[in-house]
Amino acid sequence: MANTLQPLVSGRRNALDWWLRERVWPSPFHILLSFATLALVVPICVKIANWAIFDAVFVSTGPESCRDAVGACWAVIAEKHRVILFGLYPFDEQWRPTLAVAIYLITVIVTLTPRFWSLRLLVPLWTIAVFVIGALMYGGIGPLRIVPTTEWGGLALTMIMFSGTVILGFPIAVLLALGRRSHLALLRSVSVVLIETLRGVPLITILFVAVNVFPLFLPAGTNVDKLLRVTIGIAIFFACYQAETIRGGLQAVPEGQYEAAKALGLRYWQMTGRIILPQALRIAFPAIMNHVIAAMKNTSFVMIIGLFDILTATTAVMQDPVWRKYYVEAYTFAGFVYFAFGFALSIYARLMERRMNKGYVS
Amino acid sequence: MSALANHVEEARQAPSLAVSIQGLCKWYGSVQVLHDVDLEVATGEKIVICGPSGSGKSTLIRCINGLESHHAGRIVANGVELDGRTRGLEAIRREVGMVFQSFNLFPHLTILENLTIAPMLVRGTRRREAEALAMNYLERVHIPEQARKFPLQLSGGQQQRVAIARALCMQPKIMLFDEPTSALDPEMIKEVLDVMLELADTGMTMLVVTHEMGFARTVADRVVFMADGRKVEEGAPNRIFDHPQTERAHAFFRQVLKH
Ligand SMILES: Nc1ncnc2c1ncn2[C@@H]1O[C@H](COP(=O)(O)OP(=O)(O)OP(=O)(O)O)[C@@H](O)[C@H]1O
Ligand SMILES: [Mg+2]
Repeated sequence: MANTLQPLVSGRRNALDWWLRERVWPSPFHILLSFATLALVVPICVKIANWAIFDAVFVSTGPESCRDAVGACWAVIAEKHRVILFGLYPFDEQWRPTLAVAIYLITVIVTLTPRFWSLRLLVPLWTIAVFVIGALMYGGIGPLRIVPTTEWGGLALTMIMFSGTVILGFPIAVLLALGRRSHLALLRSVSVVLIETLRGVPLITILFVAVNVFPLFLPAGTNVDKLLRVTIGIAIFFACYQAETIRGGLQAVPEGQYEAAKALGLRYWQMTGRIILPQALRIAFPAIMNHVIAAMKNTSFVMIIGLFDILTATTAVMQDPVWRKYYVEAYTFAGFVYFAFGFALSIYARLMERRMNKGYVS
Repeated sequence: MSALANHVEEARQAPSLAVSIQGLCKWYGSVQVLHDVDLEVATGEKIVICGPSGSGKSTLIRCINGLESHHAGRIVANGVELDGRTRGLEAIRREVGMVFQSFNLFPHLTILENLTIAPMLVRGTRRREAEALAMNYLERVHIPEQARKFPLQLSGGQQQRVAIARALCMQPKIMLFDEPTSALDPEMIKEVLDVMLELADTGMTMLVVTHEMGFARTVADRVVFMADGRKVEEGAPNRIFDHPQTERAHAFFRQVLKH
């Protein structure tokens, strides 16, 4: 490890020299390995670049645009992006989900910015945002015509389900984690049974229960929206996994922190909210973000129960005989949308981690 | 310094018996760790508790603010009986401060926030007042310049002084110390003991578990020697250190005083 200090001492040129010597060809075997890796990676990259960029068709000039294309036919995106992004939502009304997604993104960005972290700001913000987004999407107010949730779709639907999952699921997760560590035997048993049962069941089962079984238990005549039922189902599933990561964080908070808080006279919820949870969530943060990103991708499971999320919408595009052979491009696009959100989340996670480590020496 | 004056004034008005413990017994599972302990502490009195490891010193003082529950006997602190009811427990914890061996500062809060959180949440003090109070106590422990730092950026001795200031910010009537200097490097012990000496001069009622015999001789009105969960002997520091009456105490002090 002494070698790793070298680039700090010597100049930049030497750093490159060091990097090549230590990381690329420290021994004949490593040279071989480096070249083997290059030989494997370079042709693949070249192939992908040719397909995706150099031989690709980007602009759509109608159904025939890609007839002579050797590479990717991105024209399918230009042609079909409205369906992919909005699903079955009525074509003329699609400015509504566009605006809703914009409001949503602004709300999320504000929420994620530490400077705005105060309940006095965030609670009204979300209340207004949820109301406005709901009104935009559903309509029935003023000149907006009603669009039932069965016609919602695409990116807006994915985002609604994802945020619903996190906003609903996270508090449940915290309560379950605290419940599991509670001294009250009954509370603890309920938490354990819930967490272990739901973690043992595949998400698909929970979706089927939410869609097909749950309505049977409702009093006749009542009807809970399918989208809401599904979102609650995914949220509870998310909560059970998240509860375990939070519990891990709670376990890592030293007993002395509880004792100091109690000795100062803090009550249970003051101690939990101000002393214990902030530390536990900081410790568990990487794992928590892991589940959040997974939750975003898990929303694609609703394809199975016929909700029109972005993936279902992409599949629907492929019903069009003219464009169906470009399914790779369409799914790549859908994949890229997921990736963009997932990657943004991980970058955010990394920034937050750095921020939370402020004050911690190591 | 008006906070300090208030302190002394309130201490005068408090019940003349700060802590009264009678027949205290405690078990961990089937192991009895406190046997029938009696202890009365007058207001303003300074008690040093010492004894071999595992003799129940920590358990005893942790029972006083309810960090440990007891199974038999009575504990009355600051006029409130600790009877397992939440109301009494909260009342006692408001008036009894505690300093731990491992400091237990809140690492995610700045020094100032460490000091203001309890007054604001528990006493409902407004932020500005709480911060003024906190700065006042930080000056008394000689580190006002560290207010904006985080605990782990401070040395052990500084952290322990912050911990003392944090407890004092609740303006307690009684202070408990559980081996406050045992986790410190020798050069930092003195700065913490000095702060404790200054605190003793204000008339605070103090129960201190420590093996710092110099501190005990200067400050303690009484030294309590414990062994095997029993109060074996008590008396004025010079008497008990120089002329212990039991064999246990004799052996222990010979060991400790040698260093
Ligand atoms: N949580 C616990 N569970 C079981 N036994 C315990 C627990 N805490 C303490 N004990 C036992 O109770 C006895 C008294 O412990 P206590 O911590 O009060 O001793 P002490 O005099 O403070 O010792 P030290 O000088 O090492 O701090 C010891 O025998 C110890 O092993
Ligand atoms: Mg101890």
